Amino acid sequence: MSAQATGIHHTSYAAELALRHTPAEKLRLALLIALLLGLPWCLNGYWLGIVNGIVLSAIGAVGLNLLVGFTGQISLGHGGFLAVGAFTSALLTTRAGWPLPASAGAATLLSAALGAFVGLPALRLEGVYLAIATLASQQIIEFVICRWSWLTGGQGFLDVPRLALFGERASRGSFERGWYWLLLSVAVPAVLAARNLFRSALGRSLMAVRDHDVAAASIGIDVGRAKLTAFALSSGYAGLVGALTAAYAEVVSWERFTLDTSIQYLGMIIVGGLGSVAGSIYGAVFIGLLPPLLAELAALAPGSGARLSAQLPALQLGAFGLAIVLFLLCEPRGIDQLWRRAKDYFGFWPFRY
Amino acid sequence: MSQLLLLGVYGLANGAVLALAALGFVLIYKASRVVNFAQGELLLLGAYVFYTARVALHLPLLIALLLSAAAALALGALIERLVLRRLLGEAPIALVMVTIGLSALFRALVQLGFGTAPRELPKLLPAGSVALGAGLHLPLDRLLAIGLCALVLGAFSALFRWSRHGVALRAMADDQRAALAQGIAVSRVYALAWGLGALSALIGGVLLSDITELSPNLAGFGVLVFPVVILGGLDSIPGTVAGGLIVGLVSQLAEGLCPGASQVLCHLLLVLLLLLRPHGLFGEPRIERV
Repeated sequence: MSAQATGIHHTSYAAELALRHTPAEKLRLALLIALLLGLPWCLNGYWLGIVNGIVLSAIGAVGLNLLVGFTGQISLGHGGFLAVGAFTSALLTTRAGWPLPASAGAATLLSAALGAFVGLPALRLEGVYLAIATLASQQIIEFVICRWSWLTGGQGFLDVPRLALFGERASRGSFERGWYWLLLSVAVPAVLAARNLFRSALGRSLMAVRDHDVAAASIGIDVGRAKLTAFALSSGYAGLVGALTAAYAEVVSWERFTLDTSIQYLGMIIVGGLGSVAGSIYGAVFIGLLPPLLAELAALAPGSGARLSAQLPALQLGAFGLAIVLFLLCEPRGIDQLWRRAKDYFGFWPFRY
Repeated sequence: MSQLLLLGVYGLANGAVLALAALGFVLIYKASRVVNFAQGELLLLGAYVFYTARVALHLPLLIALLLSAAAALALGALIERLVLRRLLGEAPIALVMVTIGLSALFRALVQLGFGTAPRELPKLLPAGSVALGAGLHLPLDRLLAIGLCALVLGAFSALFRWSRHGVALRAMADDQRAALAQGIAVSRVYALAWGLGALSALIGGVLLSDITELSPNLAGFGVLVFPVVILGGLDSIPGTVAGGLIVGLVSQLAEGLCPGASQVLCHLLLVLLLLLRPHGLFGEPRIERV
């Protein structure tokens, strides 16, 4: 029974503070690391590109979950912050010639500052009113970026030169693989930071605000500050993702950061599990794999190739909507909870609990 | 001057349709405290149901109208029964997301069934124009649309004021527990609210597709519902009428001055209003008790 977290007796503070306690947890971590290290060697360029997209959106989803899942503030403006990050970084790279780390850092900071500003209505509003206020800020950011011709020099999109990885510009063949390592080396610290945030006083205060803001205030938490911090953190993550997306996709245009993007990110954390860092990643994987897997399925379907592939965008949209509705109805706490239940089932077998 | 008047009529027509869409939204919010992000998609579905009945099935106008009205009522009640009732009492984020999920699903259904190209719908409203004095021609269909919207809004208000179900709805919105104690069936009132919400969206959708065009872009109109309802107060029916007309006018005038500015202007207005007067122009201020 040493595999179960309840059966553990800690004998030192260090052991209690560890993120993983049981042999089974450590084994799963080892398997995960092996998977992450092995992925680029077993996938072709197309699928590795999809994996890169998933890694990017996992960072963004973790950021959104900080705000929505852990602090309880609904935001429909995540796409806007992605756009701010992407354009800031792209402009700094192309016009001022900054290297990617500097421009991505600047983009993160600027998005975080803007996020705190957009979060100001959260001081007075909550629930659906806040959702509508953030929806409005999304529309405003979208409009500004779409109309401000100085941003793109009037052509509607920005070209970003291909990133030189380790001194030389990657050829098409090693491009996805190089980016995979780069993105992973950003994603792992970002996820670990989020995971550890909720073991700190700041993270706990965010959760207290989510659970009951008046009670949180009465034990001395500055509720307004906590909310704004959550907004800044979340949009900082979004800005980072935006900057990386800009450099990875090598072109930035406002169409990639619309309200639909915000909704997609919300879908990820709903499907993965609100208030769970791991859940955000499960959700990013699920939502990221849905369209390509549907495309594969459609290609497998006999006889109706052309007709089905013309309908594919609609099918993908419908599957996305259906997934959200079904998860909310059947398992509101998402894949994370499903996974936990599965672990319990096998852990307690042959007993029910 | 005449240009301004023309823009005004266009704006009022859009505003009247918006008021209809917002009416359904407010009904649903009042009865069940669900913010329906799928209101624009209900508009879209309504328009396409009517299109199917009228063009694909070649039904006479009156029967097509009645049939699509019945379909809208059934659809609303079905959404409530199958989805929303199982989420009663959940956190706002779950309710917001489930309607967002439904909206994606509806948009996908319309795309699957009808494609993305605009469809030709035989005109309901006469296309001529009314001459008003020297050189001033007002489009007849917009004027009629405004009139029809006023009629429908009036009918809905009368329903709430005098009918048994309307009174039950208002009682429910006023105080849920007191309403329960009076023997009002919650589930029936929720279903009614959703049915009527879908019905008003259907009427709005048919009118809108008649004065503009029938395409999946109709759903984009739904985003404008939010400024309307916040302006009017989320729970006020007269407020939606005022809000709809204001937003319609402002966006049309802004569009006339600078194309593309309408959306952003409405949303700026919305943010300002949320900060200064969160309960809207006509809504009731909420008192929070711990």
